[in-house]
Amino acid sequence: MFFGTIIYALFNTAILAITALGFNLTFGISGIANFSYGAMYILAAYVSWMLVHLLGLPFWLSVFVSIAITMVLGALIYRFVLLRVRGQVLSEVIATFGIGLGTLELFQYLGFVGFEYTLPVFIDDSFMIGDTVVDWQRLLITIVAGMLVAGLWVFTHHTRLGLAFRGIAQDESTALTLGIDSDLMGMLSVSMGCGLAALASLLIIPLGSISPSEGYDVLIKALAVCIIGGLGSTGGLIVASFIVGFAERFTDAYVGSQWTMIVSLAAILIVLVVKPSGLFGRQKELAERI
Amino acid sequence: MAEGPILKVDRLYKHFGGVQAITELSFELAEGELLGLIGPNGSGKTTAVNLISGFVKPSRGAIIYRGRDITGLAPYAVVRLGIARTFQMVKPFYQLPAYKNMIIPLYSPRVKQMIGGRYGDRDAVALDLLEEVGFERDSQVAYKSASVLPQGYLKRLELAKAIALKPDLLILDELFSGLSLAEVASIVPVIEKLRKEGKTIIMIEHRLKELFRIADRVVVLNYGMKIAEGKPEQVMETEEVKKAYLGVEV
Amino acid sequence: MERRLERIDRGIKARASGVFALSSWREMLYLSAPRLIPALGFLLLPLVLDNYWQKVLLSMAVFALLAISWDILAQTGMISLGQGLFFGLGAYCSGILNHSLGLHPLLAVPVAAILGGVISTVVLLPVLRLRGVYFSMVTLIIPLMLIRIIEATKIFGGTEGLSGIAPLPSKWVELYFILSVLLAALFGFRRMLSSDYGLVLKAIKDNDLSVINAGINIYWYKAQALFIAGSLGALCGAFMTHVYMFVGMPVFALDYSILPIAAAVVGGPGTLAGATLGAAILVPLSEILRGIGGLRIVFYGYFLVVFIVVLPEGIFHYIERKYHQFDRWVEVE
Repeated sequence: MFFGTIIYALFNTAILAITALGFNLTFGISGIANFSYGAMYILAAYVSWMLVHLLGLPFWLSVFVSIAITMVLGALIYRFVLLRVRGQVLSEVIATFGIGLGTLELFQYLGFVGFEYTLPVFIDDSFMIGDTVVDWQRLLITIVAGMLVAGLWVFTHHTRLGLAFRGIAQDESTALTLGIDSDLMGMLSVSMGCGLAALASLLIIPLGSISPSEGYDVLIKALAVCIIGGLGSTGGLIVASFIVGFAERFTDAYVGSQWTMIVSLAAILIVLVVKPSGLFGRQKELAERI
Repeated sequence: MAEGPILKVDRLYKHFGGVQAITELSFELAEGELLGLIGPNGSGKTTAVNLISGFVKPSRGAIIYRGRDITGLAPYAVVRLGIARTFQMVKPFYQLPAYKNMIIPLYSPRVKQMIGGRYGDRDAVALDLLEEVGFERDSQVAYKSASVLPQGYLKRLELAKAIALKPDLLILDELFSGLSLAEVASIVPVIEKLRKEGKTIIMIEHRLKELFRIADRVVVLNYGMKIAEGKPEQVMETEEVKKAYLGVEV
Repeated sequence: MERRLERIDRGIKARASGVFALSSWREMLYLSAPRLIPALGFLLLPLVLDNYWQKVLLSMAVFALLAISWDILAQTGMISLGQGLFFGLGAYCSGILNHSLGLHPLLAVPVAAILGGVISTVVLLPVLRLRGVYFSMVTLIIPLMLIRIIEATKIFGGTEGLSGIAPLPSKWVELYFILSVLLAALFGFRRMLSSDYGLVLKAIKDNDLSVINAGINIYWYKAQALFIAGSLGALCGAFMTHVYMFVGMPVFALDYSILPIAAAVVGGPGTLAGATLGAAILVPLSEILRGIGGLRIVFYGYFLVVFIVVLPEGIFHYIERKYHQFDRWVEVE
């Protein structure tokens, strides 16, 4: 049981990390907290479902299409909403929150709830490690999560666009004088964040079914991981995913599943008391620079 | 008042990540003195001010104010002890008219403690203080929103906000930068008046000519280290200062 | 021919500094009408409305109070996405006080308000050290997590909630209690925000470093604002517990978070009167739209986005300007 718990804790960690990655990326680059993140996650799943069930597209194709649609939507949200209220935290927060809430409740209203709303897994098979059943889908999620984290690191440290992103993140006005278009970067950051939400969704949703309430759960998870790890820090995100991922599985296995949410909440509150900006957060230091 | 320095900075170190901003900085300040803190750009002057005023915590070292260790004290607590500062990049409340900007420092616990209560009519006190630093009373400029004031007035507002706190030690971070000669000339008497009232002042300046006219002593920083200290004229004669300012290779 | 809009202040002198030179009843009326109309309106409306609309008025007052609570926080630079947290804490506090300790509703409500304010302040205290979106993030997720915790651990009645909670003495007590709280909060906190104390709160939002630099402990002031807003929100929750005679998980629902924000944004943030006006528009509107059910929140969500982008000042600022100034088109050479 102990060994199996560890394996599933690892899977849980990967799921958390991949869930929070997009939210974290957007914030890390442009300082926008995209509260419509959960809605984008659910939207991608529904789009994919509709493509498969209404248009008869093969699932793998629908994955690409729905990720593309979500990214375009993210870009549009930036271009037509966020751009107009850029720099005003109040308006940014309320605008993304409004979009997210409206979209999730719209799906709820349209009645997209039920067991028929599922997506197929990529590889429908499983194998045994010791006496633990391991399914390929979860393994795939873990591999993709690992690749994404590594890929993002390479991207932000070794490509022109990635370096421009980091420039914007550090000092927008200086980046502007160096000829980096901060509006374009902002748009890309929101768009890529939404794309990552879609990717996470299409990998994770096949494990269960699509429902709007899942959108709130995803937002809770992403925010929890980011708060614990420190907003905008990829290292923090990974460490926080491990902490929450293991804590959840182990309470689930040894204490009782009703305590998992309390453990997450306790983790958030403890981290906030000990280090308000998160384990790897740079917020405090930024405030120090005058 | 006890003899001895009002402020003693003792072997201060500060690094941001891998960047050493301040290295073994020590100096003392006598009551009523006007100290100039100079050095090329990026030499750590503003960091030194941030350390003294508590906005940045030093990595090592101590700051002693009137015999009391204030290292690591929160900035608002430092102000309450009588150390007020201005910011190089002015920080007004842009939503408020200039005279309402003054209400915030006038509401400060420091002021309450100095005058033994609160001002009855804070608006009137605010207007008086602003007039002192050059907001002409008949021009209505004090009633204008801070968001439309030109730089010269914003700098004066910044100074007035610090004076309102009735400080014993006043730290002025590049007060003159961005001001015209005439504007500087109009502020110098304000500073001289503050000196007559017995206030101790630290001035960070790039405008050396103006500074040297009023400073008793200067400390020169370069790469976060003190490279010279003394009377203004003497300091500028030392080899190291010349190198630092003229960029001669060492 | 070029034209431009000229705005001219109505001729009452020295309005800006709060000193008035009044010379006629007309001018007195001009100044007092904006205060008298809502006050009299709220006090007289219950007498002319039927049972159903009285309930709507009651719910409007509750949402107006939640919006005022949101606005006080927003004025101090804290953007709450979880008014439901304050509402829910108050609701459960009052429910437990009445259910387990048998406290009389008229006593349980104020006690729960204070208690809810204290709990929410303590829980959110660490976040006050940070600027920007952290506060929004934490206030958003804590109520959502609390729902799941109550659901999973079955504390405080779990999914069933606590029922059989004592009601307030009569429907008139209910109505006039909440309406007088609303009027007191509206005028009281408006006065507070325009005082020098309020100026400090607004200055924290504008430039917190500068406030610290004036020797003011901003965390202490932020905590005070949080306590005020938290208590106000908790009061609403506590009150509704006794109106419904029930408290359960729905008190942490997003309805109580989104509608107050929508009300404050539509009415115009920063004035409290705007928040009240927003609630007075949105709550009856959503009653009329009751037929569309779940679509209401969809509507609020998108409506909010449109408003924050197109008319961020809100309706109240517009009305206020029209009241104090008249405008006319003049030719430009």
